This record gives sequence, C-alpha cells and structure tokens, in this order.
Amino acid sequence: MNVEAVRAIYTFEMARWGRTLMQSILSPVLSTSLYFIVFGAAIGSRITQIDGISYGAFIVPGLIMLMLLTESTSNASFGIYFPRFAGTIYELLSAPISPLEIVLGYVGAAATKSVILGLIILATASLFVPIRIAHPVWMLGFLVLTAVTFSLFGFIIGVWADGFEKLQVIPMLVLTPLTFLGGTFYSIKMLPPFWQTVTLFNPIVYLINGFRWSFYEVSDVNIAVALGMTLGFLAVCLLAVWWIFKTGYRIKA
Amino acid sequence: MNPIISVKDVAKTYASGHVALKTVNLDIREREIFALLGPNGAGKTTLISIICGIVNPTSGTITVDGHDVARDYRACRSMIGLVPQELSTEMFETVWATVSFSRGLFGKKKNPAFIEKVLRDLSLWDKKDSRIMTLSGGMKRRVLIAKALAHEPRILFLDEPTAGVDVELRKDMWDIVRELRAGGVTVILTTHYIEEAEEMADRVGVITKGELILVQEKTELMHKLGKKQLTLELQQPLAAIPPALVAHKLELAPGGGALVFTYDTHADRTGITALLNDMREAGIGFKDLATSQSSLEDIFVDLVRHSK
Repeated sequence: MNVEAVRAIYTFEMARWGRTLMQSILSPVLSTSLYFIVFGAAIGSRITQIDGISYGAFIVPGLIMLMLLTESTSNASFGIYFPRFAGTIYELLSAPISPLEIVLGYVGAAATKSVILGLIILATASLFVPIRIAHPVWMLGFLVLTAVTFSLFGFIIGVWADGFEKLQVIPMLVLTPLTFLGGTFYSIKMLPPFWQTVTLFNPIVYLINGFRWSFYEVSDVNIAVALGMTLGFLAVCLLAVWWIFKTGYRIKA
Repeated sequence: MNPIISVKDVAKTYASGHVALKTVNLDIREREIFALLGPNGAGKTTLISIICGIVNPTSGTITVDGHDVARDYRACRSMIGLVPQELSTEMFETVWATVSFSRGLFGKKKNPAFIEKVLRDLSLWDKKDSRIMTLSGGMKRRVLIAKALAHEPRILFLDEPTAGVDVELRKDMWDIVRELRAGGVTVILTTHYIEEAEEMADRVGVITKGELILVQEKTELMHKLGKKQLTLELQQPLAAIPPALVAHKLELAPGGGALVFTYDTHADRTGITALLNDMREAGIGFKDLATSQSSLEDIFVDLVRHSK
C-alpha cells in the first residue's frame, strides 16, 4: 500500500477545496438557507405538520441529502476530470500507485468535503428550525455512506465525461430531478397511489427516507430496505470503478 | 552488464487501428544517455508511454531492472521519472505544492530539503511560491523536470525536452541532463532535433513509422555512415562538369562557382588525389577548398529516406 500517495492525493484535493472555500461552502449554505426561507418559513407556515413534525423540520434531512448528492458528485467528478482535461493524469498513471489508492485519495477527499458540508448545513438549519436527532450514529452512518457512494458515482462521471458540459449533465438532468421527486420536500404518502408506486423506483427515495428516519423515526419505506438500497448503489458504483481500472476505460490507451 | 531497461517484442496498435509501434526491441544500459530520434508521429512517445505505464502495449514485455512493468509495476515505476512532451501542469498550484505532490505520489516520505535542492538546481527556487500558470513556457518545462526528479528516480525519460525552448534554455537543459547522468541517472530522451542527439547522447536509436531501424553508439554511427564532402571554390565558374571529370562523384554547386566532391572516409582510396590530378590536367584551377563531415541530420534524413 502506497500510503504516501494516498495522503498526497487526499491533501492535494483538500487543499484545492481550501483555496475555493468561499464558493465551496458559501454557495451550498446560501442556497440551503434560501430553501428554508422559501419553503420553511413562507410556504411551510401554511402547511400542516407531516407525521407530527413541523414542515420546516421535516425538510431538513431531504435538503441535506440534496446538497450531499450534488456536492459529492460534482466534487469527485471534477477532481478526476480536471487532471484528464489538463493532461496531468500522466503522472497518476506513471506513479507506483494502485487503482484502489487512486480511488481512496480522490473519493476519500470528495466524501470528506461532503460530510463536512452536510454537517455545516445541518448546523445552519438548526438556526432556522428546531431539530431533533433520534439516532445520531445512524444519521452519521447514512451521511458517510451516501457521501462515499455519490463521490464514487462522481468519480465515474469524471472518468466518463469528455467535456465540461457532460460533467454538468448528469447532476442537472438526473440527480436534481430524482432528488426533488424523491420526497425532499414532501412525504410520498401525500401523492396519489399510482405515483407513490412510481416513486418507489426512485433510488433517492430510500436515501432520503433512511436519513430522515435517523432524525425523526418516520419513514415512507422500510428502513432495512432503505439501508439495503443505499448499500446496493454503493456496490454498483464500486463495480463500475473496478471495471474502469480493469479495462483502462477512458484513462489508458 | 545487464540492461536497466529491456524492451522485448513490444508492439502497439491503438483502438482506432493506428499501428503506432511494430515489433520493437531495445535495451537501455545503466547510466547512459540514450536519444530516441525520429520524425513526428514515429512512435517515440508511444514507446516511452508504454515503458512508463501510461499506455498498454498490444503485445511484448518490458522489464526495468529485472522487474516486469505490468506485474511488478510498483518497483518499476518508483525507479522512473517522466517529463512529458506537453506542458501539462496543475496550473492553479504553486511550484512547491506540485513538486511535493509528485514526491508523495511516488511513495516517498516528505523531504523539504531535497525538494529545495531540486528547485535550486533548476533555478526555480525563487519561483517556489508562484502559481504555475504565471510562469513562462521554459519555466513550466523546468517545473515538469522538478516533478519528475522529486522522487529521486534512477531513470529519467525526457519527451522532447527542448521543444519550443529558446537556445539559452536548451543549453541549460543539456547541462542539467549531463549533471544528472554524472549523478548516476540513466537518461532516455526523445527528440527530433538531431543536434540534440548529437550533442548529448551516448547512443542513438532511430525510429520511424513505428520501427526502430537502427540503434548505435553515436560516434560509431557518425563514423560508419559519415561521409565527407570536399568543396572546391573554382577560379572560373563552370557551366557543366567537364568530360574529363565525369568519372568522379562530383556535383556542380548552383551558379557553377564550386565543385562538391563526396567521398567515404573509410574507403581505401578516397579519390581526392585522382580528382586533383585530373583537374590539373584539365586546367581547372581552384582558389580555396574546404571539407565538411555529414552531421547526424544528414545521416538521419538518409536513413528515413531509405526505409521508405
């Protein structure tokens, strides 16, 4: 195990984040605050409680998930796409480093940033609404698991993308709609039965409900299924990354 | 002596169907400066990319100090430093950060004193806190060399080290390479500047269209293929080569003011005496004469032409 290399990549990526701290932290915090003002205060005051939880508090886990998914994906995808774009990937390929170590460095750094960001948003949210966390360990567990999974997902996109537009396409066209339709701002029980069934095919529903359960012990889906789905997606991403390095897809001629 | 790098039957066909390397065999000796010479698109970069692990060979094996580059990649790669042809840098990083990063990536513990030495040797010390994007092209090239040297490699690959570099810097670069060799580093450089190979290399490999057509000691190569030319400045310009002299391998310089005689330095008789005798009998006087040896460039152009 080339520990020095993992450390080098990890600290290098964290330093990159540190340089752009304003846009890295401020913009997610700002947009989350806007959601709270619009949905929590303005609209939420006219919505009755959901499962006995005030609307403002209900949307907190979903909002954190929304940020976690988009930030993990974009961070990790950019982290590996940029060396490919700038040509500096030659160094990574010529270094005595295994695929596992490359992934540990890049995905580890991206996931770390996301977890920190998730906690900052949680702290920000607690300024707006009273928050109760019933299962802090599970909460952290879901947070880390989702951050890692979607950082892996981002890594895959970063390898697949061959232009800056493509880096944006998946988060914009797939992730954001799925998150919005995955019960970020509502309980899927509020939907007509047909759409409830359709929604169950959206994997993000399980992530959000699992996370929300760790806060308020309420969930639209079985919590074991939620955990299973999250782990399943993690496995799919791991498999994809393994395949990328096995075949050298888009990184090695 | 065992070769430090041994390339056996290596071929590469890209997914596009482009054949970049036909079967290549090459041994690199420890501590030599080896120049891989060839025109653009000859396969130079593909060959070193395969040795360094950036490109997978279609077939063949490579060992570095006895280690197979595919199976034992850690041992191989930690011995090798690579300076790529393109000025690919982490442009937003500082020189210090990027060079330290390279050291870590190759599994070496932090050593600020060593990084400082590398940067000082490459005249980069006063730029250590500059962002790479603010540096000139020549400075960026030095940064890439510093990155390649950061992990104390035993073998250094320089892919077109002086492409787009001004004369002054090119000389600096040559000095750097010589110093590295003096310090025990094996250097493999690719170039399409003949003068570079001529100036620097112990051995030269000529590659064209994916084939290594010749590998030889530079001096031997020059010696073996070296032709000399005798230029005779005439007193009276000639319109054509006189019949008395057609038996000699002569060419009339444009304008008819000089005769150029090409001869082989290794032949038993160069033919110079006979030529001069014939000229005197024909009454052709000359006012000056000069000889010149063919450069590697001439040899190279010759070789590439013949392989077509």
